[in-house]
Amino acid sequence: MWLLNSSIGKKLIMSVSGLFLILFLLFHLCMNIAAVFSGEAYNMICGLLGSNWYALAGTLVLAAGVVVHFVYAIILTQQNRKARGNDRYAINARPKGVEWASQNMFVLGLIVILFMVLHFTQFWYNMMFAELAGHHEVELGGAMIATTHGAEFINYFFKGNIVNTVLYLIWFAALWFHLTHGFWSAIHTIGWNNTVWLGRWECISKWVATIICGLFAVITVIFFLNGAGA
Amino acid sequence: MDKDISVTLKVWRQRGPKEKGQFETYKIEKINQSVSFLEMLDILNEQLVNEGKEPIVFDHDCREGICGMCSLYVNGHPHGPATGATTCQLYMRRFHDGETITIEPWRSAGFPVIRDLMVDRYAYDKIIQAGGFTSVNTGGVPDANAIPIPKKDADLAMDAAACIGCGACAAACKNGSAMLFVSAKVSQLALLPQGKVEAARRAKAMVAKMDELGFGNCTNTRACEMECPKNISVSNIARLNREFISAKLKD
Repeated sequence: MWLLNSSIGKKLIMSVSGLFLILFLLFHLCMNIAAVFSGEAYNMICGLLGSNWYALAGTLVLAAGVVVHFVYAIILTQQNRKARGNDRYAINARPKGVEWASQNMFVLGLIVILFMVLHFTQFWYNMMFAELAGHHEVELGGAMIATTHGAEFINYFFKGNIVNTVLYLIWFAALWFHLTHGFWSAIHTIGWNNTVWLGRWECISKWVATIICGLFAVITVIFFLNGAGA
Repeated sequence: MDKDISVTLKVWRQRGPKEKGQFETYKIEKINQSVSFLEMLDILNEQLVNEGKEPIVFDHDCREGICGMCSLYVNGHPHGPATGATTCQLYMRRFHDGETITIEPWRSAGFPVIRDLMVDRYAYDKIIQAGGFTSVNTGGVPDANAIPIPKKDADLAMDAAACIGCGACAAACKNGSAMLFVSAKVSQLALLPQGKVEAARRAKAMVAKMDELGFGNCTNTRACEMECPKNISVSNIARLNREFISAKLKD
């Protein structure tokens, strides 16, 4: 099967799974924007996305997307290291016009994944996972919080909590670098590129990364200062 | 004005493909900056021969930037610090007095070292043999205007055909990928009516051979394009992806 065996096929898997994850980021961003304006609206979204079958199915598809993207990152990186050979250059100069992010995608991806673990223990574990385990409330900082009251989780983890806020901002910075290269590279791998669009896609890529990560960062700072919307 | 300069050379010496190599240091005194880089190596080799030592082995042929034979990874760049030029088009005026110049062979699993700075680039020939040609019987030479070709396509095909197959792309690539070379060789034919006939077969065969020979997977860092002595654009890689994916989908 060419998709699994050929280099371009494997790259295509990387590309499509990456674009799918970008779509999810946009979806997640929309939910967070709702939380800025109204905690009640956000709680309603959390209720809709609790342990309902469609939310579970969606989560599984998403998880599969992350796993595929991550596993292929490992496979491709290993093959590429092998293709580079055992002897390394004594002098490495990054040529002008080569972006730093493009040569460090694996490390950046690893940072993003590590912060995802933090994010999941704070939110997903207390929300969807707790519901699946049969709880409707979890204890957090001595108080009981309903698993669907996402706004209260936001207030608990971010309002006045500088450590979490800074950690999340570092996460968004790594994600920004990852996306500035990832987006146009994905389009390029599918083949939707030419000499005219090359520069345009690179520019669009920076915009996509900046809009997604910038808004996430601004929202996080708002949560730090004010918490979720009243 | 070109001056006489003295430089220190750190040159990779390796007696054979299986043997361990190491850097040797040589001093070049009072060499004029108008001397080409390869001439400078010729002068060094003459010195070494006169001293009864083994000369440094390196590839070279036309010395005018069209044959693709010269290589060398000079101070961290394939074909040296000049852009859009091969090593044979590199002159000592790119360097200053007292500088240390590090010269390494292409390092990629696809290009094993034969000796010193000479690597085996036969892998690229194998990729061409797999499909980088048109197998139609062309007969006599037709009139240039017998098959109309849009100017844009003709230009893009010509730009792709400028590839001399030197291997700088794979040498520059942190993934050891040969995609820029393969994409140029696929594009130069895929863009023209004569080449379109076998475009699908060609893309599949050349990519299969490239993968088989152990070249890496392209991650679009664009290092190849930036170091290419012929300024081959990575938009060719997008075209190769397109050709390959659509050919496979049609199967």
